[in-house]
Amino acid sequence: MSGAGFDGAKVRADFPILQQEVRGRPLVYLDSAASAQKPQAVIDAISHFYTHDNANVHRGVHFLSERSTSAFEGAREKVARFLHAKDAKEIVFVRGTTEAINLVVQTFGRKNVGPGDEVLITAIEHHANIVPWQMLCEQQGAKLKYIPVDPHGDLVLDGLDELLTPRTRILALTHVSNALGTVTPVKELIRRAHARGIPVLVDGAQAVTHFPVDVVDLDCDFYAFSGHKLFGPMGIGVLFGKKERLESMPPYQGGGDMILSVTMEKTIYNRVPYRFEAGTPDVAGAVGLGAAIDYLQRVGMENIAAHDRELLAYTEQALARVPGVRLLGRARERSGLVSFVMEDIHPHDIGTILDQEGVAVRAGHHCAQPLMQCFGVAATVRASLALYSTREDVDALVRGLHKVREVFG
Amino acid sequence: MSAELQDLYQEVVLDHGKRPRNFREVEGANHRAQGHNPLCGDQLTVTAKVEDGVIRDIGFQGQGCAISRASASLMTGAVKDRTREEAEQLFEQVHKLVTEGPDGVNTEVLGKLTVLSGVSEFPARVKCASLAWHTLRAALRGEAEPISTE
Repeated sequence: MSGAGFDGAKVRADFPILQQEVRGRPLVYLDSAASAQKPQAVIDAISHFYTHDNANVHRGVHFLSERSTSAFEGAREKVARFLHAKDAKEIVFVRGTTEAINLVVQTFGRKNVGPGDEVLITAIEHHANIVPWQMLCEQQGAKLKYIPVDPHGDLVLDGLDELLTPRTRILALTHVSNALGTVTPVKELIRRAHARGIPVLVDGAQAVTHFPVDVVDLDCDFYAFSGHKLFGPMGIGVLFGKKERLESMPPYQGGGDMILSVTMEKTIYNRVPYRFEAGTPDVAGAVGLGAAIDYLQRVGMENIAAHDRELLAYTEQALARVPGVRLLGRARERSGLVSFVMEDIHPHDIGTILDQEGVAVRAGHHCAQPLMQCFGVAATVRASLALYSTREDVDALVRGLHKVREVFG
Repeated sequence: MSAELQDLYQEVVLDHGKRPRNFREVEGANHRAQGHNPLCGDQLTVTAKVEDGVIRDIGFQGQGCAISRASASLMTGAVKDRTREEAEQLFEQVHKLVTEGPDGVNTEVLGKLTVLSGVSEFPARVKCASLAWHTLRAALRGEAEPISTE
């Protein structure tokens, strides 16, 4: 069906949670953009870690501590290779995308954004890439500006030269919109920002799950994503930062592991990335994320991207045939999800009826209220796809939407 | 359709959701409050005219799902010409109804509002059904801050 070497049924069988029934029907999970399910390999890796390798990292001289440290640092290497980063030292483990962005805001932001300066984001950001910048701008007396969105869901780049001013200290934008599926032209934006010496942070939470990402090719300064959306465990995430950027930044949180030496008078901070990893990290989380990356690379990111393109096109065509359904977001390039409304039936009511059919979708504002305002809706229904999603899942969604029409006649 | 779904979306609920009654701002209102459900972004405003402790007129405006609109619409019908104390009692009964179900509530006091009983089978929808009532209580108590379901 999809790219060579991709066996949808085999992939699906790797995810034990999908083998169950909910409300008496086979589970149709179309909410992977909120949190993705985990292959057995990830569950096993976490269990194996706690069964055989658990100890604190970076300090013990004993056997298990060495093994735990090597598992943790091994996971860092895997993440670096996954993002095509040059050096594993450019990988900082955090709790998720939200913490990654907050880390940059609290370190790079507080150091570099002052009164009268500007931070540039876009109108299609998740709240995680809006609110931390709003807080920073309020604290520092800086101004938050937005790249606007057009009615298709594409960023409006006509006025970009006016938005990238001598006061712009950073551009922060999403790679793929979690509410519309828009793939933004990050590479072009990074090039244009860099031409003016402005660093760029990319929120990759919805991108890394669907296609290969190369941070060297993109030339981004920071790239953030969450483990749990990438089929890994909850509670672990990644901030990639160019080494020279990270080295120029003050620490994030203070504590153990982020220091070289502490006296009563003064602390000498550890080198990167440890400077940003105070306290005992989520080692099992990192190990689980490493296992997820191994799994994805066995399936092949190119295969996953091809599957995503094929299934997204199928989904869009299927939904367009359901009377009353209006798809939001017709951006030039889209990935991984569809957002839609259905006449004046509220998305929450649609979500409840679909749930009774065993179909899990997200109904709401998707933590992107400014974007929803641009589109003049309070909420949408979002069906999001993953490598284990099938045409049968989409068909079940369509049947569920016909049920919705029956109820609301 | 499942029995639970039929209980949730009863004819009366669908009707009030589609054609909410008293969907307006009350002229000369002396009580007003805003309610907000951050989970879904739904918002509504309740306005009321209270004289000598009696709710003489009440209306609501805003956007929401069928459940929240139906609950608000039914509420305006139920509390009109009732005293503030009676409205507070109704609040308690409705809250019990949508969280615990029809057993143990006073169906006589609730009257038509018992059609909301199906909500208790859907924990994710309790906030939809109770938003209007929390907002009414805030309006009657003169609370200045917008009400949030969170």
